[in-house]
Amino acid sequence: MSAITSPLAQTPEAWSLPYRGKVGMACLIIAESAIFTIFVVAYLFYLGKSLTGPTPREVLETPIFYTICLLSSSLTIHLASRFLERGKRSAFLGLWFLTIVLGGLFLFGTGQEWHRLIYERGLTISTNLFGTTYYSLVGLHATHVTVGLLMLSVVLLFGLAGRVGHEQSARVEVLSLYWHFVDAVWVVVFTVVYVLGR
Amino acid sequence: MSSDVMAIQTAEGAARPWVETLHEWATTVDHKRLGILYILYALFFLVVGGIEATIMRIQLMRPHNDFVSPQVFNRMFTMHGTTMIFFVVMPIMFGFANYLVPLMIGARDMAFPRLNAFSFWLTALGGILLYFSFAGGSGLYGAGNAPDVGWWAYAPLTSRAFSPGHSTDYWTIALLISGFGSIGTAINIIATILSMRCPGMKLSRMPLLAWMTLVMSGLVLISISPLSAAQIMLVVDRYLGGHFFDTQAGGSAAIWMHFFWIFGHPEVYILVIPAFAFASEIIPVFSRKPIFGYPVMVAATVCIGFIGMSVWAHHMFTIGMESSANAFFVLTTMAIAVPTGIKIFNWLGTMWGGKIQVKTPMLFCIGFLFQFLIAGLTGIMLGAAPFDWQLGGSYFVVAHFHYMIVGAILFCVFGAVYYWFPKMTGRMLNESLGKVQFWLFLIGFHLTFDFMHIPGVLGMPRRIYTYEPGRGWDSWNLIITIGAFIQGIATLVFVANLVFSYFKGTKAGNDPWDAWTLEWSVSSPPPDYNFASIPMVASRRPLWDRKHPEDPDSRYE
Repeated sequence: MSAITSPLAQTPEAWSLPYRGKVGMACLIIAESAIFTIFVVAYLFYLGKSLTGPTPREVLETPIFYTICLLSSSLTIHLASRFLERGKRSAFLGLWFLTIVLGGLFLFGTGQEWHRLIYERGLTISTNLFGTTYYSLVGLHATHVTVGLLMLSVVLLFGLAGRVGHEQSARVEVLSLYWHFVDAVWVVVFTVVYVLGR
Repeated sequence: MSSDVMAIQTAEGAARPWVETLHEWATTVDHKRLGILYILYALFFLVVGGIEATIMRIQLMRPHNDFVSPQVFNRMFTMHGTTMIFFVVMPIMFGFANYLVPLMIGARDMAFPRLNAFSFWLTALGGILLYFSFAGGSGLYGAGNAPDVGWWAYAPLTSRAFSPGHSTDYWTIALLISGFGSIGTAINIIATILSMRCPGMKLSRMPLLAWMTLVMSGLVLISISPLSAAQIMLVVDRYLGGHFFDTQAGGSAAIWMHFFWIFGHPEVYILVIPAFAFASEIIPVFSRKPIFGYPVMVAATVCIGFIGMSVWAHHMFTIGMESSANAFFVLTTMAIAVPTGIKIFNWLGTMWGGKIQVKTPMLFCIGFLFQFLIAGLTGIMLGAAPFDWQLGGSYFVVAHFHYMIVGAILFCVFGAVYYWFPKMTGRMLNESLGKVQFWLFLIGFHLTFDFMHIPGVLGMPRRIYTYEPGRGWDSWNLIITIGAFIQGIATLVFVANLVFSYFKGTKAGNDPWDAWTLEWSVSSPPPDYNFASIPMVASRRPLWDRKHPEDPDSRYE
């Protein structure tokens, strides 16, 4: 009995909790996944239910090159944040810039595809159910890529101004988590739209 | 006994210009102030939603009444439902979570204070947009003003052809925006609980309120998002000519129902789990016993969270699903009764053998226990598909879910206000006015919602603006309306008590209820930084340990 004078005085040995930025981003990813799930479900549910053409089989072409671009940007951003952790800032900046270029290429690819679909194939969001679900699902993903690119560019600008050092690596890691998520969503969207959907 | 808080007196003597105070509140990122803003905002809309309910009840008081037109009646039930769910109960729960969670887990603020402010103002903007529709909803066509599509907004009623003008757009955009606000707050709460706990505050020692808020926030993440997705689809349909819910182009009206109720049913648990949280903090303190079955309570909450995600289509039995789907959703709905039953027994077990102090917060919680049980029982009745085929869409359903939302959730909210008002303002709410309010509200509640089951069983459909005399519904409806007025008077007593006690209430001191969680260890109201030195915790009742160093809980855990 005598040992305990005040229970509050005991110091727990090691008290470490997860980094709040990571937890926050993980939660955002869960919420975003739920949004994408609903759009994917709608896409799958309406497959082949359009009353008029064109159908996915007629008009969609698999964007292999741009997919490779986006997926490899996951690797470059991962390496970039690794370099930042070790304090190698120029390598970080180079790879970070490369990530933005790859993401930009992907977005360009989406734009090109949409241009072709709208002006050559006459498929708009109001043409049929396929158009509605296709543009909203791919568009939702492209919106996320755009937001990601904007945030990556902000980091790049700060980096060029010399404000991003290895003290910021935990925050940069949070952003790269988001970018990985955007890539992972594309894997699902690609599978659903270009593989299963045709 | 040493206090964690040094008495730092601000120069309150010199009155500051009110603009400065207003500016401080509008730009605040302090979790306590944002919590209070959430609560005040919700209480304001509680009165607004209550007025809408009263208008409906006056209209239905007798057959062939013409107090309001059918169009206005439709707007009233739509606005009443939307307001009460999204702009009363959700913000008030977020308000309490905001205020209490950092204090209870020994943190100085939320994980992301600015996100917190941003989320609140998004929610506020949502509510303002919804009500702006009364003025701005006519659009170019001059058709309609406030939304009148019901709070489910079933397709195809929401399509351009059947909802011209902008009223439905205001509804959609308001919910989309406030939904983003809710998701932001949920992210914040989870990050706070997982990353900001004070040393020694293991997950297994967290106050139940923090645990339940954690589960509620998880549910917000996975169920508000589908609603946002569905709202985006509706905007695509209405503005870009999409066909998601357009049956003319092969779209499906049923898929809106699924998307809506994938949100809509977990939403019920988003609302009720914080009510459980209040009961789990209040009942032990006024029974002078620690909560009975803490780990089981946590497990049951998590269990409700999971099962709650898989019951949504019991709202859709009447649309004619396959029998296998019906069977699945009947079974999952029945399964929910198990963890909720466990909870009721745990609260009773806490009260059993305790020295029960019948103060106002406890009165409301006892009312909650009783009414929550009945609401759960009618829920099981409606959860059986054949019974639902008979009574779905009738006043029986309305009575059932109001029993849950008013009888269980609102009672707990009143209890929570009486319990934590001293902490937030430094003054006690008046106990006699509190008891008057409790009994008035209890009588009004039972007059309204007990008797509302009967016209439902007699076949009175919901959402009708009037009815023929001589169907056996007349006197029941009169009683329901009288009950609604008594509830309205009780709410006025409550508002009067809030205002009166804020200025004239007796001083509360740090710990008026002799409670055990960390928020009572600091002054009332707590200082901006909450804790001068971050506390260390060795048990589930840190303040008990501090008050009883000779027999601390930590010895038994």
